[in-house]
Amino acid sequence: MALSVKHMLGLEHVEREDIETILDTAASLQEISYRPVKKVPTLRGKTQVNLFFEASTRTRTSFEIAGKRLSADVVNFTASASSLSKGETLADTARNIWAMRPDILVVRHAAAGAPHLLAKLMDTPIINAGDGAHEHPTQALLDLFTVREKKGKIDGLKLVIAGDIAHSRVARSNIYGFTKMGAEVWVVGPPTLIPPGIERLGARVSYRLEDAIPEADVIMMLRIQLERGAGSLFPSLREYAIRFGLNSARMRLAKPGALVMHPGPINRGVEISPEVADGPYSVILDQVEAGVAVRMALLYLLCGGSEHENA
Amino acid sequence: MGKERKILDADGMKRALTRLAHEVVERNKGIESVVLVGIRTGGEPLARRLAALLAEIEGRPVPHGFMDVTMYRDDIFHLKTHPKVHKTEIDFSIEGKVVVLVDDVLYTGRTIRAAMDALMDFGRPQAIQLAVLIDRGHRELPIRPDFVGRNLPTAREDRVKVNFAEAGREDEVIVIEAEENAAAVKSEGGK
Repeated sequence: MALSVKHMLGLEHVEREDIETILDTAASLQEISYRPVKKVPTLRGKTQVNLFFEASTRTRTSFEIAGKRLSADVVNFTASASSLSKGETLADTARNIWAMRPDILVVRHAAAGAPHLLAKLMDTPIINAGDGAHEHPTQALLDLFTVREKKGKIDGLKLVIAGDIAHSRVARSNIYGFTKMGAEVWVVGPPTLIPPGIERLGARVSYRLEDAIPEADVIMMLRIQLERGAGSLFPSLREYAIRFGLNSARMRLAKPGALVMHPGPINRGVEISPEVADGPYSVILDQVEAGVAVRMALLYLLCGGSEHENA
Repeated sequence: MGKERKILDADGMKRALTRLAHEVVERNKGIESVVLVGIRTGGEPLARRLAALLAEIEGRPVPHGFMDVTMYRDDIFHLKTHPKVHKTEIDFSIEGKVVVLVDDVLYTGRTIRAAMDALMDFGRPQAIQLAVLIDRGHRELPIRPDFVGRNLPTAREDRVKVNFAEAGREDEVIVIEAEENAAAVKSEGGK
């Protein structure tokens, strides 16, 4: 049951068997969140440091709750309150954290590859909580978990990821994760938001939402990342919403039982209309719930006692 | 294969369970406040069967659920690999109830310690009792069963295997004796 990897840096190099182990473990751990006492003693005495060099509320909170439900001591280290503003390098910050003997690190950084650099510098298991536009593996794992719970399988399903593919680490991790698990993945958006060569990751491309929706078992809408400059890649948010927003009219093209997903935070009225976000197809809040279980599973499977260590 | 001895066959297991069920009823003067919790994986089929027997004897259903104690084990990071975590399914309140924990083999007592800790996170039972099919001795904690199907003196290195029809086998309890089995015990850490 141990994973064949020591860190969770991304899904690109993770085997299907490891993904299945994580999803199975998460399915068993989910029930803990419904107990009168929502806590098990598994990671008692272990220290989990959440190193967040980029703003995040939901992912950090989810990791914090996951760690606490396993009895780990969880410490949050956020960039605004840190030495980064005083000019310290990432490597030096990491060495300082390491000297305090954490047992597991959760890292988010605006630069792609930052968690990989840290994994080379230290022995502690590292979970990538999002690095630039590269990967966000725990988001993809919770998306896989949600689809598997709702549909009973992933193999043979068709996933449509629509929106700002260019700036999305969620899209990349999901393309790797869903194709490994046997699903077919389509990416949809205006050409300026679809990076050339994305087909090489295993995804197919469409520029019209209406063409992709009728076949889809899962429709995943992504937020336009204005903070990363996406706003200059199409004429206006209003035009984007008209051409690429998921609204009730477009949902009428969907198969019965299709799932609507969104990694959040959602921009109501832009990529998704309120009726769809709150509608019967939406599993957006199931995704958030799954996030805690999946992160508990990863913390358990990566923390201590793995076959990579002798301790 | 090591030297195997059959301790109980299907009939023997059935008789032992029937006696256990009667003892549970007698001790608790009925089963009004009794609930069963089987410890996964070996305690699961036993809890189902005990529940069926109790229902037959007393003419009323008895709530029963299943518990995985992996996350409460004291050796979890001493093992070579992470044990598979199974689901815990207890969809009734244990508050004020007599919880009968059910397991197949009682050995060091560490699993029962973990199960009692886990139970306390589900509420405050009036009492916890322990029913096991086989008590093989070698306790490492001050834990004693209330209901025992068969006391079985063993060497520490022996392995006790309980097979169930539910898992596609014949109901039986087998002891695999030490010398021949030394290698297998090490690799599987059998109980």
